[in-house]
Amino acid sequence: MRLKPSALVMLIYLLFLLVPIYWLVNMSLKTNAEITGTFSLYPHNLTLRNYRVILTDPSWYMGYVNSIIYVVMNTVISVAVALPAAYAFSRYSFMGDKHLFFWLLTNRMSPPAVFALPFFQLYSSVGLFDTHIAVALAHCLFNVPLAVWILEGFMRGVPKEIDETAYIDGYSFPRFFVRIFMPLIASGIGVAAFFCFMFSWVELLLSRTLTSVNAKPIAATMTRTVSASGMDWGVLAAAGVLTIIPGALVIWFVRNYIAKGFALGRV
Amino acid sequence: MEKTQNNKAWFLVLPVLVVVAFSAVIPLMTVVNYSVNDTFGNNAFFWAGLEWFDEMVHSRRLHGALGRQALFSAIILAIEVPLGIFVALNMPKKGFWSSLVLVLMALPLLIPFNVVGTIWQIFGRTDIGLLGRGLKALGLDYNYTNDPLDAWITVIVMDVWHWTSLVALLCYAGLQSIPQAYYQAAKIDQASRWAVFRHIELPKMKGVLLIAVLLRFMDSFMIYTEPFVVTGGGPGNSTTFLSIDLVKMAVGQFDLGPAAAFSIMYFLVILLVSWVFYTVMTNIDRSQADIPEGM
Repeated sequence: MRLKPSALVMLIYLLFLLVPIYWLVNMSLKTNAEITGTFSLYPHNLTLRNYRVILTDPSWYMGYVNSIIYVVMNTVISVAVALPAAYAFSRYSFMGDKHLFFWLLTNRMSPPAVFALPFFQLYSSVGLFDTHIAVALAHCLFNVPLAVWILEGFMRGVPKEIDETAYIDGYSFPRFFVRIFMPLIASGIGVAAFFCFMFSWVELLLSRTLTSVNAKPIAATMTRTVSASGMDWGVLAAAGVLTIIPGALVIWFVRNYIAKGFALGRV
Repeated sequence: MEKTQNNKAWFLVLPVLVVVAFSAVIPLMTVVNYSVNDTFGNNAFFWAGLEWFDEMVHSRRLHGALGRQALFSAIILAIEVPLGIFVALNMPKKGFWSSLVLVLMALPLLIPFNVVGTIWQIFGRTDIGLLGRGLKALGLDYNYTNDPLDAWITVIVMDVWHWTSLVALLCYAGLQSIPQAYYQAAKIDQASRWAVFRHIELPKMKGVLLIAVLLRFMDSFMIYTEPFVVTGGGPGNSTTFLSIDLVKMAVGQFDLGPAAAFSIMYFLVILLVSWVFYTVMTNIDRSQADIPEGM
C-alpha cells in the first residue's frame, strides 16, 4: 500500500530533474531553423549536424581533449599525494595532525573566486600559464583535501591488525602499502578518483582564468563561442550534452558510494 | 581506533603539504600583499595599510552583495533540506529501481557548472525554452532577463534542481543504516508515520544531515558560475552574489587592492564556518565511535 504514493513522489521528482536535460538533448538534435522557428516538443527533422560540427572542428573537440588531459592529470596527482597522507592521518597521531587536517578542509571550503587572480599571476610568472599542468595544479586546491578526507574515511575501516601482521611477516612499508593495503581500499581509491575527476570536470572559473588557447577547456569554449558567433543554439546544446556523457558513464560504477564520497568519507 | 604516536608520519604528509602550499598558500600570500598595498601598475607598490579594508567594510556594494548572498543561501537551505529529506524517505530501498534512481538523481551533480547555467538559460527563455514558453502560455508575465523577481526564482529553481539530490543522497545513506528491526518494533508499538520519522529516522540521519546542510551552505555561499551564465548578475545587480562581485572587481575592473581586501574578509567568513563544521563533525565522529555498529 505504501509503495504507490512514494513511487509517485519519485516520478515527479525525477521528471523535474530530467525534463531540463531532455530539453537540451532535444535541442541538440534539431536544426537551428526548427529551434527558433517552430516550437516542438521533439525534433521533427532529426539531424546530427550539430554533433558533426563539434566532432570535426578542432577548435571544438580540442576543448574536450584539453579538459580530459588536465582532469586526468589532476586526478592522478591528487590521489597519489593523498594516499600516504590519508594513511598517516588514519593510523598515527603526530604533532599538529588535527590542525593540519582542519587546514586541509578549509581549502575545500575556500571560494575559487578568491584564488582566481593570484593563480593567474602565479602561473604567469613561472611560465605555466595556458598549460594543462597549471589547471591540474590549481584544481589540487580543492581536490587534494577532498581525496585525503575520503581516503581517510575508507582507511579507518581497515583494522590495524592487518598492518601489524604484515610488518611482523617482514613486509617493508612501501611493499605492504602497495601489495596489501591498496587492494584492501581499492573501492575507496576508486571513489576518491571519481570525485576528483568530477570536481575537476565541473569547475570552470579557475580553468577559464588559467588558460587562453592551448589548454582551453570545453566549458570555456562553450561560453566564448556563444558570444562570438551569435547564437548557434543547436551546437551549444550538443556541446552541453557531450559534457554530461563522461559523468553519466562513470557514475554507474560508484553508485553505491556516491553518498559516502559527498559526505567526505563519513557516512 | 587507537592511534600510534609517531612524528615520522609527517613524512607521509609532506607531498600533500608541498602541493597544497603551491596551490593555496602562495596565492593567498599574494592576496594579503595586495590587500595592504596600492599599485599603479609596473609592479610598483605603496603601503596602504588597512585603507582597503576600511573602504570595503563601509562599501554599499559589498553590503548589497553580502545581503543578497545571505538571503540566497537561506532560501536554498530552506527549500533543499526539507525537500531532500522528503525525497530520501520516498526512494526505493533496494533492487534495480534503487540503483537506477540513484544514478538518475546524481546526474545533475555531474554536469559542469556552466552547462547547468546554459541548460536553465535555454529552458527559461520565452522564445525557445520549455519553461519560459509554458509559463507564457499559462498567461504569466515571466522574463528572467528583465524582472529581478523572475531572475531570482530562476536561479533558485536551478539550484534546487542542481543540488537537492545531494541532500537526498546523503539522507538516503543515513536511512540505509537503520536496521529493519527498528521499524518492526515501531509497528508492534503502532507508532504513527510521524513518530517513526521523528524518533527513528531523524536521529539516524542527524550526522549526514549536518554534513549536507553545511556543504550546501558553503557551496551556495561561493556560487559563481551558474547564476553568472543565466543572468550575468543582472538585471541590474539583483543577482550579483559575493563571488560574482569579487570577480567583477578583480578581473573586470582590476581593482586589486579592494578586491584583495574583499577576498580576505570573504575567506575569513568561510574559515569561521569551516571551523564550526569541523568541530561539529569530529564530535559526531566521536559519538558514533561509541556505537560499535554503524556504517
